This record gives sequence, structure tokens and C-alpha cells, in this order.
Amino acid sequence: MFDHQVIQKETPVLNIEDLAVAYKVRGGEIEAVQKVTFDIQRGESHGIVGESGCGKSTVAWAIVNFLGNNGYVKRGSIKFQGQDIVGKTGEELRRLRGDQIAMVYQDPMQALNPSMRIGDQMKEVLTVHRGLSDEEAEKRCIQMLDRVYMPDPENVIKRYPHQISGGQQQRVVIGMALLNNPALLIMDEPTTALDVTVEAAVLDLIAELRHEFDTAIMYITHNLGVVARVASRVGVMYAGEMVERASVEDIFKNPQHPYTQGLIRCVPKLGSEKSSSLLYPIRGRVPPPNNRPSGCIFSPRCDYVRERCRAEHPDLRLIPGTNTLARCHFSEEIDPSLWKPSQDIELPTITAATSEQEPILELEDLKKYYEVKGNSLRDILGFGEKRYVKAVEGATMSVLKGRTLGIVGESGCGKSTLVKTIIGLEKSSGGQARFLGFDITSDIANRDQGLIEELQMVFQNPDSTMNPSYTVGEQIARPMRRFKTVPQEQIRDEVIHLLQAMRLSEAYYDRLPRQLSGGEKQRVGIARALASHPDLVLCDEPVSALDVSVQAAILNLLLDVQHEFDTTLIFIAHDLSVVRFFSDSVAVMYLGQIMEIGPAEAIYQPPYHPYTEALLSAVPIPDPTAKQKRIRLEGTVPSAISPPPGCRFHTRCPRRHLLLDPEICKTIPPWRHVTDLHQIFCHHNLETLNSFDPVITTVDGS
Amino acid sequence: MTAISTARSKRPSRLASIWKSVSIVFDSRVATVGLAMVLFWVLLGLISIFWTPYPPNAQSFVQNLGPNSTNWLGTDHLGRDIASRLMAGTQVILLKTRLPIESGNFAIPIGVAIWGVIGSLLLGATLGLNAGYRGGWHDQGIMQILDALIAFPRIVLYLVVIAALGQGDLVVILAITVTGAPGVARLARSLALDIKTRDYIRAAETRGESVWYIMFKEILPNARGPLLVDAMLRVGYAIFAIGTLGFLGIGLPPPDPDWGNMVNEARRNIFSNPWAVIWPSLAIASLVIGLNLFADGLREEITRYQN
Repeated sequence: MFDHQVIQKETPVLNIEDLAVAYKVRGGEIEAVQKVTFDIQRGESHGIVGESGCGKSTVAWAIVNFLGNNGYVKRGSIKFQGQDIVGKTGEELRRLRGDQIAMVYQDPMQALNPSMRIGDQMKEVLTVHRGLSDEEAEKRCIQMLDRVYMPDPENVIKRYPHQISGGQQQRVVIGMALLNNPALLIMDEPTTALDVTVEAAVLDLIAELRHEFDTAIMYITHNLGVVARVASRVGVMYAGEMVERASVEDIFKNPQHPYTQGLIRCVPKLGSEKSSSLLYPIRGRVPPPNNRPSGCIFSPRCDYVRERCRAEHPDLRLIPGTNTLARCHFSEEIDPSLWKPSQDIELPTITAATSEQEPILELEDLKKYYEVKGNSLRDILGFGEKRYVKAVEGATMSVLKGRTLGIVGESGCGKSTLVKTIIGLEKSSGGQARFLGFDITSDIANRDQGLIEELQMVFQNPDSTMNPSYTVGEQIARPMRRFKTVPQEQIRDEVIHLLQAMRLSEAYYDRLPRQLSGGEKQRVGIARALASHPDLVLCDEPVSALDVSVQAAILNLLLDVQHEFDTTLIFIAHDLSVVRFFSDSVAVMYLGQIMEIGPAEAIYQPPYHPYTEALLSAVPIPDPTAKQKRIRLEGTVPSAISPPPGCRFHTRCPRRHLLLDPEICKTIPPWRHVTDLHQIFCHHNLETLNSFDPVITTVDGS
Repeated sequence: MTAISTARSKRPSRLASIWKSVSIVFDSRVATVGLAMVLFWVLLGLISIFWTPYPPNAQSFVQNLGPNSTNWLGTDHLGRDIASRLMAGTQVILLKTRLPIESGNFAIPIGVAIWGVIGSLLLGATLGLNAGYRGGWHDQGIMQILDALIAFPRIVLYLVVIAALGQGDLVVILAITVTGAPGVARLARSLALDIKTRDYIRAAETRGESVWYIMFKEILPNARGPLLVDAMLRVGYAIFAIGTLGFLGIGLPPPDPDWGNMVNEARRNIFSNPWAVIWPSLAIASLVIGLNLFADGLREEITRYQN
């Protein structure tokens, strides 16, 4: 053990040099990763950011030799504690992985064995790798669960994975990874599958573990906000190469590579004013691995491209006057503050808020209940008491014509159900809903054709939004044929017109969905929704599955489309920063209830509903210097079958103690009218709500 | 590079795209071998329409001969040339279906086995899509009935159908359709259950499309691949079924030779002349194995593409 100290000083925990990883595919091979060089020191948390397909996971897999049958390390070395581990196989690597390198994956449910108790799974790590006795191992496991802030660890180890929540599952996985006190902990998007409030708690945990344990962390994520919170140094990857490496402050304050600069411009920011939060997408798209440009890989998309960039591949070099390594020929000469959007990127025309518009959609106390089937004999025979999942309860709101309403909330809060009820995929269980003055409480089979035509939807998942069997043209033309909005012989022209409005050329008409990228599919999905010129388009998380640079382009496109077609939009999202940028007004939902509704600017400033406040404080902000109040919600979201009475949030409300009589929360709270449009569903009076500090303060003052 | 440039070219000709999808057969050795075995019999059948070594029904040789230089595969108990009969036997299975019309031998193209599979595809896919997409009582009702049908031994079902309707090519097709439909329906149902969760089905629903449009225009085209591979296997089962029926003496009616019937007739002289049993049995086996290999290889190749 004594020479451990020496090693620690001299050699980094992980040192990767000039790594290239290739996958064999039909008819050749693809170099997914090339020329990646970085090191991670003891106790350091190193972030790897990049968009999907840039090779960040491949680097992680190369370290633990999980590249699959067709992948192999083609060049370079991976030194772990000074030992080269490329080419090591079998038993040696297996011991290394279990003992010294641990990995945490995206989906905790898939990392845990559903048929084993949590305690047994955790103990296995110790009994197999360390040869500890059963009792000793159990004691250690309980200690570890305690350290990852798992409530009631003695009980948790007796449970099965499905009996604890997603955030707790991820805690178990992280705890399990730390049990052997590994020298290197690789985390591959560990919070991507979690809700923001849960994510915030897990990120807190990771940040604390960093200080407590001596472990080096390699943290892979696509989310710049997350990396700002957990990493001390960051490597930015693009198309299989590392293009920039610096400390987290430098990356966000003073990015050197044009790609990093572009990436930061793509991300909607929470702290700033809406007008300044215009998004600038990076033009073009990531080149496929088998068709990368010969010079600088970013040159086709770079705004500062010169002759030399196309001819000569730049090396990762220290930029004079900074501590940043960047793979760019001209970093010194680029001043991002002088940057102007180039002509060919799409910027939205911001609609000035016009005078009073009439409401197009009015909901009043709309309800949607799902019946739950019990398993007892009485239930099967139909004698049992009927129970319901109260997915949406008492939704009251109105949407003005030509405006955008954003609906935010965590998963399971009923936002999707609300939208499905409005569009008629589900029949409402009570209350009023009027669209253009017509009743829309029935489901779609009982609606008038004319009404169906005016209500269309954009979906979340780009890979399933289009039918793989039909060409783009056929799919956009179908609503026109069905609603007969366009004469038969003009359909092709109209489709092409729509494609052009989506910034897609005529050549896309005959393409099949599998020939399109995710962003392009989403554009076609939007075109299809607009084909019948609907008055109201419901967007169910249309950008949450896309990369940030693509997301920016799609959001700008939607804004433009709204301007051009005068469409009203309802925009569902779990990402508060996207909604802020995009919406005129915002509704915050929790467990089927609307907690707060009002103009977008008002929602993000006090007075807040305590839940809005908690949500805002959980959003990862891509700015390591921003100050964010730390509010973490206790416990988990209660079951919607028997929701808490009164205010559904009261069981977790961090502001409940401010009330003189906390029992009042068990009664239905009043709507507090801050202004005519801004309403908060809370027992606190406006004075108390007004006294809350703003959640986010950035250094530059907004 | 070439793959990309062809994909980007404006509109690949239909022929080229068909060839591209067919050519994946040759990426799999198993599928290629299977296809060769099937094509061998198809080719023999086609030739037999115009030429066989001897007339297949002429009793012009010594009875129960083993293989010799005149009759390559020997002769049967009536002195007919087995090689010629085997060749002609492919016709009724794969190439033609005889319709019972007064004027005599009127036949439509495509054999009994294939028509039977097409029938079970149509019936099974319709039932399966309804069960899978609509769910609820439709699902319960359809699947209960089909399960009940599966519970009967196949042979019993064949016997019931043929006893009720008499002998003939159309009856055999019907028998294959009825016994094959439950399997196809199960497959179609499971595919529909998966596909109906996709967003493009939601999109069709929000357009207010009819249930039939969604089932046949939105779901079915995406279930095509697995259903076709399954159909290929089913042609094999159908040939087996025809062989069984022929062996029982209630299969395809004479005069055309039928492999199953050939086995049945030769069975009585199996000790003196085993060859007359072996050849048609081998014919059935090789064609069914060929179809199985082809379908298996194809399925493997298609799923490999998806990953």
C-alpha cells in the first residue's frame, strides 16, 4: 500500500493516448473514435460532453473492453494506473473491472437484476471480489446505502428493485459501484432517464462523493448543464474526436473551439431574459463516421473556416494565453463576442405579442380518470369498489389564438394525458372543454371531421413518428387527401411547399424515413401535422429526444411556422428552460393538478408556487458560476390512485412549515391571482409567495 | 462511399431496389442453399409441364423395378416410371391448381400449397390485426376461437373438412387455410400489439382514420417482413400436410401424381421394392427442408439488418 502514494503523484488514474476505436461492419470498418487523448487524475471528476454519435460512450466501452464482437482498439493506448490495458483479456480484465473500475449506466432498472433482492446484489460485489463473509458484506452494504443518502437502508436491502423509485435505484447502482472503492468510476449518462428533481438529488450526491471518496470519475453526458454541475475538467467531443479540453469554468466562460462556442449558443438559458435567449443552431449536421472531411472535422459547419482548415487536420494544442487545449488552427484569432449568425442559419421571427386575442381553447375543470382493475375475486366478478387513477384533475385554462402555452411537469404529472384528452385519443371523464366554441369532451370517433382537421399533434420520438413503409411525400400528403383540403392535382406542389417551409428540399419527397436523421424526421412530423392547416397543434415533447444543436433548429422552426401559419401551439416539455424560451404562457402541473399558470416571464420570477420553485432549483444550468438556490423535494411522487387530499403537493412541499396551520393543506387551496393572467394554486397568501428569493442568479446580474 | 452515393441519387429504379432487397438472400449461405433446393424442384416442375422422360401415368414397364439405366429411379407397383411421376408431382403442389369444371382439366397457376398459405395469410392476418389493434372484446373473442381451433389435432381437422366437402384441390386449400390461420393470426396479433404503440399510429388516430385503414395501411406494411418469412415456413408445412393427406388417400385427387399418394401406394410393397417409398419421401423432405433453410436464413439476414 505504501507505494500507492507515489503512484498517485506520478501517474494519473487513467491516461488515454491517441486512442482510435473501430467497428467492423458489413463491407469494411468504421472508426468511431480517433485521436482521443486525455487523462484523469485521482479524485478528479472529468466530464465528457458531446452530441449523440460522437463516440463518448465508445471511449468508455473501450476502457472496460465492452466493445462487442465487432469493435476493437485500433491504435493508441489506455493506461490505467500506469498499466496499459489494451489487449488484456479474460480473467485479468474481469478482476480489474470488478475491483478498480466501476461503471454506472443510464437506466438503473436495467443495471439491477429484477429477481434479486437489493441486498443480495450488493453483497455479491463484496463476496465475489473481496471474499468477505456474508454478515460483514451486509454491514458494509448498509453503510454504503447510508452514505448515498438512501433513507432506511436496513429495510431497502430486503426489497426488490421494482419496489424503490428510479432515483433510489440509481443511488443503489452508484453505491454498488463504490463498494469496492474503485480507482475509476465511469458514469455514462447516469441521470438522463430521471426526472429533473430526482436528477438534481443524484447530481448532488455525485458532487459530494467526489469530495468524500478518492475516486476519479469519468462523467459522460450530452447535457451541458449537468456537466457544469459535476465536473471539474471537461472534454468536448465531436464526430469521434476530442476537440477541446479545459477546466469547467474555462469551457463555459471562454470556449476556444468554434464547436464548443456553437454548442453553448444552442442551449436555452434559464437565468437570462427571454429576448436574449434566442437560440442559434449550428448549421449542417454531424458527418457520418465513414465520410468525415479530410481536414478539420468541424470545417463544413464552422463559421470561421479558411483554406487551411479544409486541407490540414489540426492537432489538439494548448492555446497561448489560456489553459485550454483545442483542436483548431485559429483559436487565438477567434473572438466569440464578435460572432454574428451567418446568413444560412434559420432564425425565428419573434412574434410581437399582439393585442388581446380571443381564446381558441377553453378548459374548465376538465377531468380524466382511468379505471384500475383489481385482482381480487370481488373485483373480477365486478362487486369490488371501483378505483381510479386520477390522471388529470380539475384542469382549467384557456389558450389564446396564435399563442403558445407551455405545459411543464415531471413524468407522471398528467401533461400527456391532458393533451390526449384534448385531442380526443381519450374520452374525458368530466368537466368542460371547448375548442373554437365546440364541445370536445368526446373522443375522436364522435367528433366532426372539421374539428379533427383543426387539431393536430407533433410527437416526441423521431424514430416512431413516421411510418417506415411510406415515403416522406406520401405521409405529408395523407392528411390533405383525407381532409380534402387540397385538390388532388395540387397535392404534390403543396407538399413540396410545406417541405420548403420546413427547410427541406424537394429531394426529400421520395425519401423513406430510414434515410433521414432524427431532426429531419421531426421536421417531417411537423409538416404532417401542419398539412391540414390546423388551428391548434399539440406538441408532445417534440425536441426532448434530439441533440441540442438540432433541438435549437427545430424550436426556431416551430416559432417561424407559428408566425407564418398563425397556429396556436400547446407545447409539453419537462425542460423548463426550453419552455421559457418558447412559450407565451406556462402551466406547471403536479400529479394531475395545475399548480401555477401565467405568462412565461412571470412563472420564472417570484412569486412562485413552491413546486415551481423546487423545479427551477433543480434545472441544471450550463453556467458553473450561476448561483442556484438548493431546494430538494423529499420522498417520491404519491400514487395517483389515492392522491393526497387538498393540495396534492402538500406531502412534499418544502414551504409547508411557513403556514400557521399546516393542516389547511389538506383542503383544496384557493387560486391566488397575482395578475389577471398569473394564478397560483396555493394556501400561502401572495405576500408570503412574494417573499421568496429568486432561484437563479447569474453573475452578470439578470 | 458507393453505397452513400447510390442512396443519395434521386430515385433508384424500382428494379434496382427490388434486386437490392432480393440480394440479401445471397448474404446468407443457409438461405442460398435453401433457395437452391426449392428452385431445383420448381425447375423440375416447370420442365415436367412440357417434357418428362416417360408419360407419368403410362404403365409401360415391368412392375417394382429398382433403379436401372432405363428407369433411373425405378418403377412402381403398376409399372410407371417413378422419376417422371416425381417430376409431375411438383406441379400440383407448387405450380397449378385444378378447378372442378365440367370441361375437364382446367387449371389455374400456382399450386395448392401456396394457395393454401395465401389463404391462411389473408384470414390469419385479418383476424390477428383485429385482435391486436382493437384489443378488448375483439381480442378475447378472436383468440379464444382460434385457441379452440388449435386444440384440435390437425389430422382431425383435415378429416372433418374433407369428409364434409369431399375431395378436390380447393378442399385441400381450404383445409390448409383453416389450419394455418391460427398461427398466422397469433403472429400478426403480436406484431400489431407492438406496432400500435408507435407514434405514427397515434398520428393516424388523430387524423380520425378508420380502424381498417390503420390496420391494413399503417400496421400491415410494417408487419410484412416477419409475416412473409413465416409464410415461407408455412409452405413447407403445407407440403407436409398434402403429403399426409395423400398418404391417407384423401389428398389431391388423381390423375396427377401426388407424392403422398405415391408413398401410400408403394407402402404395400415396401419389403420387395423399398425404392418406390424412398424416392417420394426424399422429394417431400428435400423440398420442405429447402423451404425451412430459406426462411431461416432470410429471417436471420433481415434481423441482422435491423441491428
